[in-house]
Amino acid sequence: MAVFFKILRFDPESDKRPRFQKYEVPVRKGMTLLEGLFYIQERVDGSIAFRASCRAGVCGSCGMLINDSFRLACETQIETLKRTEITLRPQPHLPIIKDLVVDLRPFWGKFKSVKPYLLARDQPPAKERPQSQAERVRINNVSDCILCANCYAACPISGTDDEYLGPQALLQANRFLADSRDGEGDMRMDIVEGENGVFRCHTAFACQKACPKDLDPSESIADIKRKITLRYLKRRR
Amino acid sequence: MRNFNIIVVGGGLAGMRALIEGNRRNLKVALFSKVHPVRSHSIAAQGGINAALGNHPRGFNDSVEKHAYDTIKGSDYLADQDAVIKMCTEAPGRIYEMEHWGCPFSRAEDGKIAQRPFGGAGFPRTCYAADRTGHMLLHTLYGQVVKFEHWAERGETVVMDEWLVTAIAMDEGTCVGIVALDLASGRLEAFHSDAVVFATGGACRIYGNSTNAVINTGMGMAVPYWAGVPLKDMEFIQFHPTTLYGTNILVTEGARGEGGFLLNNKGERFLANYPDSKKAMEVAPRDIVSRNIIREIEKGGGFPGGYILLDLRHIGARKIMERLPGIRELCMNFAGVDPVEKPVPVQPGAHYTMGGIDTNPLGECKIKGLYSAGESACVSVHGANRLGGNSLLETIVYGKIAGESAGEYVVGKGSAGPSYEKVLNNTLKREGEKLDRLLKSNGKERMVILKEEMNKTMAEKVGIFRDAEGLKDALARITDLRDRYKKIGLTSHGRSMNQEMMWTIELGGSLDVADAILRGALARKESRGSHFRKDFPKRDDGKWLKHSLAYYSEKGAVLEYAPVTISKFQPKEREY
Repeated sequence: MAVFFKILRFDPESDKRPRFQKYEVPVRKGMTLLEGLFYIQERVDGSIAFRASCRAGVCGSCGMLINDSFRLACETQIETLKRTEITLRPQPHLPIIKDLVVDLRPFWGKFKSVKPYLLARDQPPAKERPQSQAERVRINNVSDCILCANCYAACPISGTDDEYLGPQALLQANRFLADSRDGEGDMRMDIVEGENGVFRCHTAFACQKACPKDLDPSESIADIKRKITLRYLKRRR
Repeated sequence: MRNFNIIVVGGGLAGMRALIEGNRRNLKVALFSKVHPVRSHSIAAQGGINAALGNHPRGFNDSVEKHAYDTIKGSDYLADQDAVIKMCTEAPGRIYEMEHWGCPFSRAEDGKIAQRPFGGAGFPRTCYAADRTGHMLLHTLYGQVVKFEHWAERGETVVMDEWLVTAIAMDEGTCVGIVALDLASGRLEAFHSDAVVFATGGACRIYGNSTNAVINTGMGMAVPYWAGVPLKDMEFIQFHPTTLYGTNILVTEGARGEGGFLLNNKGERFLANYPDSKKAMEVAPRDIVSRNIIREIEKGGGFPGGYILLDLRHIGARKIMERLPGIRELCMNFAGVDPVEKPVPVQPGAHYTMGGIDTNPLGECKIKGLYSAGESACVSVHGANRLGGNSLLETIVYGKIAGESAGEYVVGKGSAGPSYEKVLNNTLKREGEKLDRLLKSNGKERMVILKEEMNKTMAEKVGIFRDAEGLKDALARITDLRDRYKKIGLTSHGRSMNQEMMWTIELGGSLDVADAILRGALARKESRGSHFRKDFPKRDDGKWLKHSLAYYSEKGAVLEYAPVTISKFQPKEREY
């Protein structure tokens, strides 16, 4: 069996505008899209560019638009798409470096702006800070994010507003807001409550649909809104 | 020319830990990585990280000494005992530090860090974050690097991602900087640095049947090797017993630690039938379990295509979802099997390079100003066979130590002589000419053909069982491939994000590292740890209780040997 990959090509060095190019890829059982991309790069057209590392769905390198769905190329088997033509596009709303490789600096900038590290108030004890299993469960999903940026690329607000923090950074903020060991909740809420923070979300739920790890940034956003509202009510009293 | 105090090459756990240590000494540090740090292969570590914390009820009696003993016995006595004792002593402190930095470890009922049983360990000693321990540690450490970036007023911390380091520059025996390729633009640049730390991970992509990320080409070992640093104990390649059949994606040892069974085609726990694994069964060390899986398959106990089964069903859905959620996801996505309902087809796969850049227990290489840590280094703490949960530990213990040593060297050394700039410019020129030659070459050899032949040769002839005939044949083939590599040509000649060019450059490194592995394996006429010679099936302490050191030469690695440091534990036969 063979399928056609229709890939968005763009090399700023030589191209005026992006174009699509079609490649025929022979498919074996269980073959992934990433293996298909390597087939093209190694045997058909060495000029094609895409990111890849772990090839097991954990490093977050190969997020892209596959037939208009956000997926990881490495954990998507070609057969499961049930198409003879598969369209591959880079993550939208980000500058293209080449073909499927985008410039993620805007994404990383927002990730960093929410201070993605634990800030405890107390001096660390000699051993571990205790955390109950119930407290640990609260950071279960929020710490599982692989930073693939699919949610960021999918979000209609991030796509039209450069200043909006976007779903990943807000999920990241909640990762530390939800951590019983963190002592800077107030500061974290200050960062995400402004006009570019949680209240800028229009609940389109595109992030939820785009996440290859079935995480739900929109839930984190709702959670933070609740925390901020509670803080507001407490302060009024 | 840009100047730094310390350049760290590699953005995984060891590299970032070294970077932090340099920056804590108020030095100007830069991290060069060919991928963004969170894409490093550390992310894929699943099962956990060892330390004798004694948090598990059955681990009450655990101690640093017992951790060291298990590690040394696991290494088949090839590990340097001073280095192992240092690692095990530092282990609790490093793990508490990661916890203080926010690493979301799984917790025991009393709120302490949870620990699980792992192969070759006398006690449940492996701390974990479900089955995403590498992921959690790597993201935690990257968070710390971001924190240092935030605190840098004058660029004291710089992360240069998607830069491939192609050479180190040497001024009269001292390392004075690097030359690196910016992958986005395809331009080379030279950077001066007082010290350079290589933390570039392993080389198991040299094998076709590997658990490793595609980035683990061994290029990071090749660069110092070309500059004259020996590679130590390269013949010791760890094969992980349980990788998904076909794709060789890792299934953590934690799956067996949590109680999983290995079954043959009759549904028997066949490890009971082999003397070296009959007591410890599924949690015997990796070298032994992998060998016995292959023996069982060769005896006809496997399934067509060459695999056996990992059965987790009796553990129960709840425990699987709580402690092995990532494994369940991988099994469903890549093997189409839900381990809650069906056993998982698994086979051994090339997983870890015990050997690497020769360093001492301070992380120093034989070249002044050059350091290494993590999988790319060989201190040696893993000897001939690494225990599960010790690799993550090595990254943060020796990453810190290498960063410290580099920092102290920089503070004590005074300013570089005036000649470094000339040396760096010469190195840059040489690398530039090499790259131009490659881009303009009309050679007919193709990267993918050579790579696949290398992958196949190594998998078939330099695997779990080896013999002189197979190794000689493999050496002839790899030598031929190294020759043909000189006639390699590209199909794509642009510079920006030319990944064919990148993979081709790295293949040159892989082939030279493969040659070092092979020559080490052919010379070592004994069986120790992961290196099993059918023609010499016994360990031979009289002749071979020594480290091999491979020095680069154009004709192939030249071998020398160095003694093993033995202090507390005298070599004995290994039984589990």
